[in-house]
Amino acid sequence: MTRQEKKFSGSALEGKHHINLTVNGQLYELAIGTGAGKVNPSDTLSFTLRETLGLTGTKVSCDSGACGGCTVIMDGRAVLSCMLLSIECDEKEITTIEGLKNPKTGELDPLQQSFIDHTAFQCGFCTPGMIMSSKALLNDNPSPTEEEVKEALSGNFCRCISHYQIVRAVMAVSGKGK
Amino acid sequence: MKSVAENYRYIGKAMPRMDGQEIVTGKTAFLDDLKFHNLLIGKVLRSPHPHAMIKRIDTSKAEQLKGVKAIITHETAPDWKGGLPPIRLLDRKVRYVGDVVALIAAETERIADQAKRLINVEYEILPAVFDDYEAMKPGAIQLYDDLPGNILPLGSDEISGATWATEIVTGDVEKGFAEADAIIEGGFAYDNIPNPISIESPAAVALWEEPDKVTLWVSNHKVWNNKRLLSPIFGDKVQIRIIGGACGGSYGAKAMSWQVQCYAAALSKATGQPVKVIFSKEEQLGCFILRPATRLNAKVGMQKDGTVTAVAGSWLVGTGYYSRTTQIQIAVGCGEAMIAVRCNNWNVKPSIVCTNRNASGIVRGFGGQELKCALIPLLSLAMEKLSLDPFEVLKKNFVKPGDGYFWRNAAWYNYRGIDYSRAMDEGAKTFGWKEKWKGWLKPTAVEGTKHIGVGVGVHGNADVGEDMSEAYVRIDNDGRVVVISGLTEHGTGQRSNVVKAVAEVLQLPLEFISITPGDTLVTPVEWGPAGSRGTYAILGAAISAADDAKKKLFQLAAPMLGTDNFEDLETADGIIWLKSDPEKRIDWKKVLKFRTVIGHGRFDEDFSLSNCMMSFVELQVDTETGKIDLLRVVNATDVGKVIDPHGLEGQLNGCLGSAGIDSAIFEETILDPTTGCILNTNLIDYKWRTSAELPVIENVVLETPIDSHRFHALGIGEISTSPGPSAVLMAASNAIGQWLHEYPVTPERVLKTLGKSMEKKQGGSL
Repeated sequence: MTRQEKKFSGSALEGKHHINLTVNGQLYELAIGTGAGKVNPSDTLSFTLRETLGLTGTKVSCDSGACGGCTVIMDGRAVLSCMLLSIECDEKEITTIEGLKNPKTGELDPLQQSFIDHTAFQCGFCTPGMIMSSKALLNDNPSPTEEEVKEALSGNFCRCISHYQIVRAVMAVSGKGK
Repeated sequence: MKSVAENYRYIGKAMPRMDGQEIVTGKTAFLDDLKFHNLLIGKVLRSPHPHAMIKRIDTSKAEQLKGVKAIITHETAPDWKGGLPPIRLLDRKVRYVGDVVALIAAETERIADQAKRLINVEYEILPAVFDDYEAMKPGAIQLYDDLPGNILPLGSDEISGATWATEIVTGDVEKGFAEADAIIEGGFAYDNIPNPISIESPAAVALWEEPDKVTLWVSNHKVWNNKRLLSPIFGDKVQIRIIGGACGGSYGAKAMSWQVQCYAAALSKATGQPVKVIFSKEEQLGCFILRPATRLNAKVGMQKDGTVTAVAGSWLVGTGYYSRTTQIQIAVGCGEAMIAVRCNNWNVKPSIVCTNRNASGIVRGFGGQELKCALIPLLSLAMEKLSLDPFEVLKKNFVKPGDGYFWRNAAWYNYRGIDYSRAMDEGAKTFGWKEKWKGWLKPTAVEGTKHIGVGVGVHGNADVGEDMSEAYVRIDNDGRVVVISGLTEHGTGQRSNVVKAVAEVLQLPLEFISITPGDTLVTPVEWGPAGSRGTYAILGAAISAADDAKKKLFQLAAPMLGTDNFEDLETADGIIWLKSDPEKRIDWKKVLKFRTVIGHGRFDEDFSLSNCMMSFVELQVDTETGKIDLLRVVNATDVGKVIDPHGLEGQLNGCLGSAGIDSAIFEETILDPTTGCILNTNLIDYKWRTSAELPVIENVVLETPIDSHRFHALGIGEISTSPGPSAVLMAASNAIGQWLHEYPVTPERVLKTLGKSMEKKQGGSL
C-alpha cells in the first residue's frame, strides 16, 4: 500500500485510485495523486473545475465559503465548490455555468437570457454564481416568490448591487417551469 | 439652450450589454481565467507587526524547496519607489500589519505558501501609532525619518507634478459669522475606513523580458493610468505594455494596483517567467485600499433663510502608512464641498496624517463623500438651531448656474451646468418628504420600540469632466468599424455605451462595430472611468473620433456624388447620399475600396460642469436592540440624457454597497487599537448587505439637456454612494431623538446614545 492509499483507509475511497465526476453531462475519470491532470486529495472542487478541467466559468473570490461566487449545482443542489474537496465528489453529477446552454441547439437557458434582458449584472464576476444559485432554486421550486428568490440568493455577494435587477431577472422566468 | 432632437436610434434605449452573452455563460475572461505558458505563482510574505525593523531575514530553507523559483527581500528587491512619502516596494522597515516582507515565485500556489512558512525573519519591534490625533502629537512615534509629526505635505503628487488645491480659503469668515443668525461649532467623524471590496481580488500577471520590456495583464479599469504610475517606478528605459480585460469590480480602489503589479513584475524580472499575483480576500481586506478616515472640527454660520455665511475649521484625513492619492482626494473633496454649499466665506484647512495601518486611497466618492459625511451633519446642527428643513437648505445651497467653485487644481470655475432643484423637488415628492419630515430629532412614526426616521443628503462632482480621453474610429473597407480605445469594462457598461455612441453618429447597426481590448500597445491615451467621467469625457472622445472618421469618409465620397462639399452628405446603414437628392447614393464599400479611414477624437478636461445626486432615506431603529433597518431609499438626479437605462439603474442602486450607504449602518474595517491588526479580514466578519435585506430603492432620473456633448448627457455612477451615509446619520438621529456623531450607527452606538448600556448583555457571569 502506498502512503496515499493509506490516507483513505476506512473511507469510501479506500483502495481507489481515481474519482469519477460527471460535469455538464460528461464523465471525467480523474486519477488521485499529484501532477498535471490529477486530483490531489487537498484540491477543492473549484480548483479541479477551473485548473484541471479548464472550466473557468466558475469564479473563486473568497475561497472560504462566504461569497457564493463559486456556486455550482451538485446532484441538483447549489453547493459552494470552494468548500468541497474534489475527492468527496466521487460519483457526483455537477453542472457549472458552462453546462446551462442547451447542448444540442446551443440556445441559452431562459434564465441566462433573462439575465441579459434585464442587464442583471454590472462587473459580471458574481454572475455565474448568481445564475447557478437561481437555477438550483428554480429546479427545486419552478415558481418561487420574490422573497424566496431573495432568500435563495442571500449567500451570493454582489458588491455592484445588481441584486434588484437579478431578482427581476429570476422572477421573469419564475412560473415558466410549470 | 438649443432644443435637442430626441430621435435617437440607440441612445437612451435599453439594450443588451455587448458582453452580456459572455458574462452569463461564464466565458468572460477575468484575469485569473487567462492562460499563460510557464506561469509561476507569486505570493507575499507579510509582517505580523505594525511597526518593526527587519533585523535579519533568512530565505535559505525556502530557496531549497523544490519548485521555488525566486525569493525577493528588501535586500534583493529592485529599488522601486512609489507614493508619498516615496516608499520602497520592499523596505527594511515595515509599517503596518501586513506590510510586505518578502515575495516568492513558485511553480504552484501550494509550494509558494510552503516557502512562505520557511522564511525566517527576525524583527526589532518598534512602538506603533494607530490614532490619527495621537500621531500628530509632539513626541509621537515617527513612521518616517523625514516626516516630522507624521504629517504629509499637501498640494502635489509625485506622479504628475500637478498642483492640487490644499484648502478652501475664500472671503472673510469673521464677516460671515457676524452676518449669521446661528453659529454652531462641533465635530463629526467618518473614520470607520470601510473597504469597497471588489469581488474579484486585486491581481496582476507580469512578464519581464530582459533587459527592459515588461508586459502586464491587469485587473482594473485604468490601463493608461497604470502605465503612467509605473513609468517613473521602473524608469524611462523600460518599455511598458499594459493589457486590460474584464475587471471584476473596483469602485476606484483597483486604480491603485501599482504594488501588486510591481510584485508580479519584480518576480518575473527575477525568474524570466510570467508571474501571477492574486491577493487573497484576507489580503484585500487587510492590505488593500481603504477609504480615508475623516475628522472634521468646524464652525458654521447660517442665516434664517438657510444661507450659509461661513465655514471654518480643520479637516483631518488619516491615510494609513502612506498616501498615493490622498492629496488629490482632499483637493476634490474641497471642491465638492463648495459645490454642495454655496457660501462666500470659507476657511477649511485640511491635513493628512500617517499611522501604522494599511493605506487609504481611491474609493468612489473620492474625498468628497468623506468630507460630506461630516460637513452635512455639522450644517444640520445649524439647521436644527434655526428650525430649518434640511431638504430646503441642501437644495438652496447646491451650486446654481452662474455660481462657481475652486476645483482640485485650485483654479476657479464658473458653473455652466443646470439647476438641479427640479430633480430634488421630484425626489422629495416621490419620497414624500413633506409628509415624513416632522422636524429635527423627531421621528416620523413610532410604534412600540420601532422608531422611524428620515434623512436627506446631497453630493455633486465636477470630475465628470476630468482628465483626458482619446479614441480612434477606424472604418474598414468592408464597411465595418473598429473603435480603438484604451477602455476596459469594470461594470458600468461603458464599452457598450462607446459602441452605442459611435453607432449613433455613424448610423450603423451595432453588430458592425467592435471595440479593441484596452491595450496600451494599440490604443491611444485613455484616463479610464473615474469620477463619473465616462459619459462626458470617454463618450466625448468617441463621438469626436466618429465624427472625424465620418468627415473623412464623406470627403472621399463627395466627388463621387458630384459635390465638393462633404457637408452636403448624410449616411445610414453603410450608404451615403446627397441630402438634396437622396437618390444619389453610394455604398461605403465602394467609397473605401482598399482603403481604411481613421478618425481621431480627444477630450480635454473641463471642470465647469457638475453632476448631482440627492438621496432620501427612511429607516427604522429598534430602541430595544439598537438595530437599524433601512426601509427605503429615493435617489434623485438629472443626467441630461440617459444613455443606458439599465446600466444607470445598476449604478444608482450601487448606492448601498462598495462603502456607500451601508458604511453608515454596519460596514467598517475594525482595527485593533492595541495590536494594529484588522480584525475583520474575511467576508463573514466584514459585514455586507445580502439580498434578503434589500430596502426599496426608487431612482428619480430627469433629463434636462446639459451642455456637455451632442447627447447632452452627464455621468453619475461614481457618486451614487456619496449622499447616503450622512442621510442615514440624520435619519437615525431623528428616529431616536438624539444626535448620533459616529459612523457606522451600530446597535451599540444607538444604545449608548440612548443611555442604555450593552455591558450587562455581554458575556456571562456565574
